[in-house]
Amino acid sequence: MASFLSLRDAIANEVRDGDVVAMEGFTHLIPFAAGHEIIRQGRRDLTLIRMTPDIIYDQLIGMGCARKLVFSWGGNPGVGSLHRMRDAVENHWPHRLDIEEHSHAAMANAYEAGAANLPFAVFRGYKGVTLPEVNPNIRSVTCPFTGEVLAAVPAVRPDVAIIHALKADARGNVLIEGITGVQKEAVLASRRSVVTVEERVEDFGPRSANAVILPHWTVGSIAVVPRGAYPSYAHGYYKRANSFYQAWDAIARDRETFLAWMDENVMKADAGREVA
Amino acid sequence: MVKPATPTEMMTIAAARALKSSDVCFVGIGAPSAACNLARLTHAPGITLIYESGTIDTRPDVLPLSIGDGELCDTALTTVSVPEMFRYWLQGGRITVGFLGGAQIDRFANLNTTVVGAYDQPKVRLPGGGGAPEIAIHCGEIFITMAMGSRAFVDKLPFITSLGHGTGPGSREKLGVKTRGPTRVITDLCVMEPDPETRELTVTSLHPGATREAVEAGCGWTLRFAEGLSETAPPTDEELAVLRDLHERTRRAHAGEA
Repeated sequence: MASFLSLRDAIANEVRDGDVVAMEGFTHLIPFAAGHEIIRQGRRDLTLIRMTPDIIYDQLIGMGCARKLVFSWGGNPGVGSLHRMRDAVENHWPHRLDIEEHSHAAMANAYEAGAANLPFAVFRGYKGVTLPEVNPNIRSVTCPFTGEVLAAVPAVRPDVAIIHALKADARGNVLIEGITGVQKEAVLASRRSVVTVEERVEDFGPRSANAVILPHWTVGSIAVVPRGAYPSYAHGYYKRANSFYQAWDAIARDRETFLAWMDENVMKADAGREVA
Repeated sequence: MVKPATPTEMMTIAAARALKSSDVCFVGIGAPSAACNLARLTHAPGITLIYESGTIDTRPDVLPLSIGDGELCDTALTTVSVPEMFRYWLQGGRITVGFLGGAQIDRFANLNTTVVGAYDQPKVRLPGGGGAPEIAIHCGEIFITMAMGSRAFVDKLPFITSLGHGTGPGSREKLGVKTRGPTRVITDLCVMEPDPETRELTVTSLHPGATREAVEAGCGWTLRFAEGLSETAPPTDEELAVLRDLHERTRRAHAGEA
């Protein structure tokens, strides 16, 4: 059942050291505020799952929160590298980071399999490429009807999913519109969840009959965090801060510059733009 | 007098010309996105552009920085979830053309965007495959656009992120892949196509002002030239004006987003 908490309490209640954590949001609705709170609370040894690690995982990795990363595209979209992720993979800074690498199709299928309570996902993919040689979790299965050999990957079953959404209503139902990515699948595949939202409303009011809604009984903790997806964006609220994504390249390239930026903008920031 | 085209502009324009109004195109970010939108704004107004974030038939006014900018969703016919995008639309065989770029390419148009050096101890860790491994096998055909350079066009890839023509004739068929694979590589100096017999990339057209020597210098294997080698038609004033206008609109829009 959904309960409204401060961001600080929501993260403290749901995220523990060593957890397998999926923070989703495909370019849109990336849960930055929640990620920053995890960094402030000093969580360690996390296995971080995300299709596109983006700046949020660059920050978590650079601040030493992650032991392992499961991902399918690790860049700064349209800009270049994620320098903290690269430094961890190439030079083990701030410490060694294990990686489990997939394609987008594999990750999307694996989330869906998790939501569907299946042990693995099956799809047609990974043909003629090197990734299966370096990732033992990429295997195959033979169709019992046609004999076709298909790719198989384990379902994603996180301890906790963290997403940012547009609205929660008074009962804690959650509304997502725009680019919906794999957020619904991530929450339904996970044991626990944290949802940050732009605003809490009494009732969603008129909406499409097919609006993407997570019913309150599928959601764990909800925190109201306006602009909680910045510098990504929230459909109908604010735009993606493309110039920040460009500026991040220089901030993250150097370890000291990165640490100074994090100290100033995350560690010293007020944990609770909260309220429920 | 219009300022002459830069090699990058020529690459984008040549890539745009390869697209038809009837195409359903899966668009990668960067040069492919510019080419696809240029095509839509010039000779291919009916083209359906699809980005992997789930936006179908999108008509952005400015180029997105990422594959999921709000502009794509705001101007799309419909937006579906990412699992649906990869399962029903890509794997379902609904896409006629996939447009890819890469860090490295070999003579059979296999691409590497994963790693330079050993996988476990990389010299350079690149972003990885994203949608490319499945785009490369499920789209009807693949266009690739990349600037030439001997570190990009290499004799042997350290890692194959997405399949081109494998090791030559019959490679795709042996893997049970029924689509055509890369049919065109559009660079800043020339256009290459796989040889019908050997599947090896062969230069079929030189861009205006580009020489054989420059093309050879930008390639890490001994490059073949087609017998009927032609010259790419120079950019028209309209193509250049529309492309520059698109980039200028994009620059202004992104500068205002902080």
